[in-house]
Amino acid sequence: MSAVSTGELLMKLWRGDASGGDFVEYRLPAQEGEVVLDVVHRIQATEAPDLAVRWNCKAGKCGSCSAEINGQPRLMCMTRMSTLPIDEPITISPMRTFPVIRDLVTDVSYNYEVAKLIPSFTPGPRPAEGYRMFQVDVERGQEFRKCIECFLCQNVCHVIRDHEENKAHYAGPRFLARLAELEMHPLDTLDRRAYIAERMGLGYCNITKCCTEVCPEGIHITDNAIIPLKERVVDQRYDPVAWLGRKIRGRPRPMTPADVEPYTGAAAKAARAGQAEAS
Amino acid sequence: MSVVEGTARPAPIPVEIGRARGGPPRSKVLRRDLWWLQPLAIALGLAAFVGYGVWTAFRGDYYFAGAHAHYLSPFYSPCFVRSCPTDVVWGPAGSIGSVSPALLVLIFPMGFRVTCYYYRKTYYRSFWASPPACAVADAGSTKPGGARSRYSGETRFPLILQNIHRYFWYVAVLFAGILTWDAIDAFRFGPNGWGLGLGTIFFVVNAGLIWAYTLGCHACRHLCGGGLKRFSQAPVRFAIWRKVVSPLNAHHQLFAWLSLFWIAWTDFYVYLVSSGAIHDPRLF
Repeated sequence: MSAVSTGELLMKLWRGDASGGDFVEYRLPAQEGEVVLDVVHRIQATEAPDLAVRWNCKAGKCGSCSAEINGQPRLMCMTRMSTLPIDEPITISPMRTFPVIRDLVTDVSYNYEVAKLIPSFTPGPRPAEGYRMFQVDVERGQEFRKCIECFLCQNVCHVIRDHEENKAHYAGPRFLARLAELEMHPLDTLDRRAYIAERMGLGYCNITKCCTEVCPEGIHITDNAIIPLKERVVDQRYDPVAWLGRKIRGRPRPMTPADVEPYTGAAAKAARAGQAEAS
Repeated sequence: MSVVEGTARPAPIPVEIGRARGGPPRSKVLRRDLWWLQPLAIALGLAAFVGYGVWTAFRGDYYFAGAHAHYLSPFYSPCFVRSCPTDVVWGPAGSIGSVSPALLVLIFPMGFRVTCYYYRKTYYRSFWASPPACAVADAGSTKPGGARSRYSGETRFPLILQNIHRYFWYVAVLFAGILTWDAIDAFRFGPNGWGLGLGTIFFVVNAGLIWAYTLGCHACRHLCGGGLKRFSQAPVRFAIWRKVVSPLNAHHQLFAWLSLFWIAWTDFYVYLVSSGAIHDPRLF
């Protein structure tokens, strides 16, 4: 391990691209009151002007500066240097679940592909007296609206981090939270449970809660989104008592192919291709 | 089963698999903290409990304080077999053989805990290392083509059976009721007397912790109200969900460990008293 003298920072930043890379050491004086992103900016302003780093708000609200600091997935702008052991080298590497573009910048488009596949909010016919909303009905979903889409939860989730092939079958915690928000919406009429189980890969989650641990917004992704979704799927598939209750009382209709078509069908693919060309 | 009615196998998410990632290889752990300590401590804690449970379940004796007080070990309740003391026997005594009574009943609380969402996290991390800790690679996942290079989670047999957790919860409520009865029974001393011994307090705490763990269960949280779309139309279920079950659920991990430890402790106390190793102090 390289020696770090008092008042000095030894930062090890991963530099490279898809063809390969390694950690590069930067030494610079420690300053009070800095967050990790400040230090990275100082390196960029002095020793490494070609360093690629994605950032925007510096306030933990845009979700751009996700990285792995000493191996822990975190936002660089929300990690104070004073919370790190600065008498040792500090490593900063890109999110290791997504393909690298350059240095600390990764290609997170997998997440946008999943987002396109989520059947959107589908209210029933508008009542004559209009909608009347109660806070207790919407506040569960509001927790998930805090998401800043930093994709740290997607990054830490071992289902796709350690098993690349599962990206084709698994939506990941951020989008399971989005689906939970829709399923819990008081005015939504679509029953997405079969879709969540089969297409969104809910069963891949083994609830080890890393998504919850790394969420910078403190969203209880596992307890309040994923497990409630698992229980809803149990209602539909594994609980005959609940099945009987649905038969007697009537419940929202299950999704039909027509509901899914706008998101997965040929027309949607053509529209996406057209958008890509236009851009 | 199809994704939705009338459609065939789900199409994969359109993402290119296998592109180069940044950072060092996943096999290299960059975390500097003692990430291995928690899974190790949990593994030791669970192994210690299982070891103790096996010993006490096969012991088949010293599970009822009997002559001194109506203390029946929670490992042996309800007691169904021929050898059960007449003071605490349930059902048709003598109809079932003479195996250790614990072996007949432990499958239910054990099944409840094994399929519990919290315990699943602990043993997936501590024993299956999938993952051992956050941002630490799954065991075996870094060896291409290895036995553990692929992962199917709870989508296939046998782990898909975790979905029966709520059935174990139904039975667990019954068991919590039985252990509550045992706690009430622990106030009885001798044929007609009532009182309070140190063991009585242990039994009451045991019942309380079992209820706290059982009512904080995620399946309970869903069944009592979490599955609703509109809380405003079910104020009683909403109140139960918000004021009782959700607060307990927030501490599910704590109650899982406390109740586990306390069951073992209560059993051990009964063992000590019934074997004559110690005398149960009567408070009145």
